[in-house]
Amino acid sequence: MATVAEPMLAHKHEPEENYLTCSSGFLSWAMTLDHKRIGVMYLFAVTASMLLGGVFALLVRIELLTPDKTLMDHNTYNHMFTLHGAVMVFLFIIPSIPAALGNFILPVMLGAKDVAFPRLNLASFYLWVAGAIFFLMAIAMGSLDTGWTFYTPYSSSVISGSQAGGIVAAVFGAFILGFSSIFTGLNFIVTVHTLRPPGMTWFRMPLFLWALYATSVIQLLATPVLGITLLLLILERTLGIGVFDPALGGDPVLFQHFFWFYSHPAVYIMILPAMGIISELIATFSRRHIFGYRFIAYSSIAIALLGFLVWGHHMFTSGQSPLATVIFSALTFTVSIPSAIKVFNWLATMYKGSISLATPMLYAQSFIFLFTIGGLTGLFLGTLAVDIHLHDTYFVVAHFHYVMMGGTLIAFLGGMYYWWPKITGKMYNELWGAIGCLMVFVGFNLTFFPQFMLGSQGMPRRYYTYLPHFQGYHVISTIGALVLGTGIGVALATLLWSLWTGRKAPANPWGGVTLEWTCSSPPPLANFEKTPTVGDPYDMEQVKWDAKTESWIPRPVSERTGNSASH
Amino acid sequence: MSEHSSHSAASHEHGFAHPMPVPMLLAVFASLIFFTILTVVLNGAVPDFLELPVAMLIATIKALLVMLFFMHMVHDKLFNVFAFLSSVIFLGLFIISTLVDTGVNQPAIKEYRLTTPLVAPVQK
Amino acid sequence: MSTATADLAGGHAADGHGAHGHSADGHGADPHGHAHHPFHAHHFDSLEQQFDSGKLGTWLFLVTEILFFSGLFVAYVIYRTTHPEIFEWGHVHLNKYLGAINTAVLIFSSLTMAWAVRAAQLGQKKLLVTMLWITFACAGAFLVVKYFEYSHKFHLGLLPAGMFNPVMAEPVAGHDATGHGDAHAAGGHATGHAADSHDVIHGPPPPPGAGIFFSIYYAMTGLHAIHILGGMALIAWLAVRASKGHFGPTYFGPVDYVGLYWHLVDLIWIYLFPLLYLIH
Ligand SMILES: [Cu+2]
Repeated sequence: MATVAEPMLAHKHEPEENYLTCSSGFLSWAMTLDHKRIGVMYLFAVTASMLLGGVFALLVRIELLTPDKTLMDHNTYNHMFTLHGAVMVFLFIIPSIPAALGNFILPVMLGAKDVAFPRLNLASFYLWVAGAIFFLMAIAMGSLDTGWTFYTPYSSSVISGSQAGGIVAAVFGAFILGFSSIFTGLNFIVTVHTLRPPGMTWFRMPLFLWALYATSVIQLLATPVLGITLLLLILERTLGIGVFDPALGGDPVLFQHFFWFYSHPAVYIMILPAMGIISELIATFSRRHIFGYRFIAYSSIAIALLGFLVWGHHMFTSGQSPLATVIFSALTFTVSIPSAIKVFNWLATMYKGSISLATPMLYAQSFIFLFTIGGLTGLFLGTLAVDIHLHDTYFVVAHFHYVMMGGTLIAFLGGMYYWWPKITGKMYNELWGAIGCLMVFVGFNLTFFPQFMLGSQGMPRRYYTYLPHFQGYHVISTIGALVLGTGIGVALATLLWSLWTGRKAPANPWGGVTLEWTCSSPPPLANFEKTPTVGDPYDMEQVKWDAKTESWIPRPVSERTGNSASH
Repeated sequence: MSEHSSHSAASHEHGFAHPMPVPMLLAVFASLIFFTILTVVLNGAVPDFLELPVAMLIATIKALLVMLFFMHMVHDKLFNVFAFLSSVIFLGLFIISTLVDTGVNQPAIKEYRLTTPLVAPVQK
Repeated sequence: MSTATADLAGGHAADGHGAHGHSADGHGADPHGHAHHPFHAHHFDSLEQQFDSGKLGTWLFLVTEILFFSGLFVAYVIYRTTHPEIFEWGHVHLNKYLGAINTAVLIFSSLTMAWAVRAAQLGQKKLLVTMLWITFACAGAFLVVKYFEYSHKFHLGLLPAGMFNPVMAEPVAGHDATGHGDAHAAGGHATGHAADSHDVIHGPPPPPGAGIFFSIYYAMTGLHAIHILGGMALIAWLAVRASKGHFGPTYFGPVDYVGLYWHLVDLIWIYLFPLLYLIH
């Protein structure tokens, strides 16, 4: 593999073959060990899941247009919001950036030929597929209406009859998806540790890699706890082990501890890779060395570790002991420090930079705006007295959508636009890219900002009906959701359209100086023909715009003014 | 293959294996069996409040023997050892933080049980 | 999980190379293994780098295993703290001697596994194969003992909480719990008792929620037993590869990785044994 000698083409700068063209046929994809192809398969799979989860979301929003029945009865509605949450969390957000974009980019950015365990990587993908199949089975078997959190005792003993099979299938699906996530994280950690080429020291790693590394640490430490939690839940349903079921003497709140020991850190599995992408986008499109490199790198690790200390903030109103409540509230505030460090460093990077507003940068700007709102409203919820009022209201819904969707989904789209030329070798249409981004931004705020109002006025989450005076906000929110859905459609269509009409992408269309921009677009099967030389990943002096080829090319050392790493 | 047990230049000439000497393996095995017998014998022979601490202490000594010698930690990279031991830290975090919160719900659970029939009645 | 371990351990074989005919020579021409070792995967620069990656991956996998078991340990600690009485009632029905025998069996299997790793590192093919099959046999013996323990408890109705239905002896006046229950309640001791005394439970009736003890017992030992089964599959796979002469001083990774996994299974049992069998 990949050792095809090309003496005839030695004069050419680009290899004739790339990872897309080197082999063909169904099996060449289904059995591939190439991290790039696996990444592309993930990209399709998670995007399809996002669309599925999005359809559920739109159905929920349309139902909430009126206080009474609009589309569906209350039982169907309960299924819809559960499926929306479960599909989005387990099938889309968690694997989105690490497994799809990360799989493609991490080895290339690192200067490696592949991840450390290519077969395990493929196995992770098929575990994802198996988990997704179980989710589909759950939908077919009567669906589930527990909410994505599967809280006991409702999930363990109340539900019976036709839905009983659905919940076991869904829980087992999530269990399998957990192992997919664990093995991806394990693979990434080992890759970063052992496959760095000479010169790629820890502090020459791009910040996206730091973010993926921190994410992998969480995946490794937290996800097994989800595994055992879901396994115990299945045993509770099938054998009645009584650990969570109060009818047998168990403690249902214990389930919440188990669940959130994973699921709060999982929030950082979702947001840390997004932050990593933003660091790359901000530096590249500001043409400035990233400000506070080490602070951003360390803050990723800090978030990963602090994230394990705060899970009890989901249980302030669950009958948790006052002592635990106070401790968890205090610790929750500490997480805001490393998050804010990142935001300040991004702003400082842009300051006096020469900013170009290409589509990925538009997404990065949206991210900073939306994530800041999401983060700050999180402080309200971490405050004990305020949370008593806001808990389980639309305020919470709005808060985590600003973080999860305004953060992760926006960064995912931004990253997809940024690396699309690298992945496919095609340039997309900038105008339509910008239109899509604008629609997503406007639609998002229309959808979720009114929900802050709803929540602060006491509208509970997950309710099928509501008091008539809430209807105005709900109507705005639903209209926003339709705009948002259309925006995502435009964004994805723009990318797909480029496959047919796009101009051929140069190796470096954006002027990025991380290693993935040194190999051709799309990269050859082995990524690099010869081991790349590694420099400062944010020294923008290393490249210059070449109008003739409409791409960025290496700047000869003699032309460089100085060491911009001193910023 | 020599029986060297340190990262010497010699170890690089011969690869990266660190075979454990057979006498050491046997000695570790003998100690593990000894501690197993000890913990069974001590069961019921120490005051009640010491029962669990003593049993856990012996188990931990055994675990250390297994890790250091059978699992070659003495020759392993520091990061591997650190990574493995970090799991114990997170296990401790999980146990302690959850323990802080127990007890609060017990009266409510007890009341619930008294008012709700058991799934499997106890045969007397 | 166990199949994934196999994947991890076996994931290095280079594609498109034959997997036999190789005999490990103790002093390869190239100390860094550049040359064409049949199991040298293309994306690693050297066999040592490949080994280090596999080793780190294995350690990280063990981390996930410990955290996978962590939930059961938490459940144990919580219920032992809040309901000590169910542990005091329940442990009487576990046979600590069978537990100790199983502990010894597992420790012995750890010894033979560690010895197998040594044999692989030294290229002692015959010894390696022998040690692996001994380890395999010990694992099987462990499961056989476990089978007898389980079936005895099923018989007595000592089942997880939802199905907990202990078969109690008719209370005899003046004959309540004398001394320690494990002398007559637990299986395996027929001395001096009527035959039917094994089919019923003597002593005080179970406290409310006693089934949770058995839930935790079955969950912990059951998950552990599943890991034993997975380990047996891995060890058998190693033994087959070993008899083909795959392992030697520059390529013994899979034996080492499975060894680590096997010692972890032992390690967990080292804690399970006193926690479940030696309560007083
Ligand atoms: Cu949280």
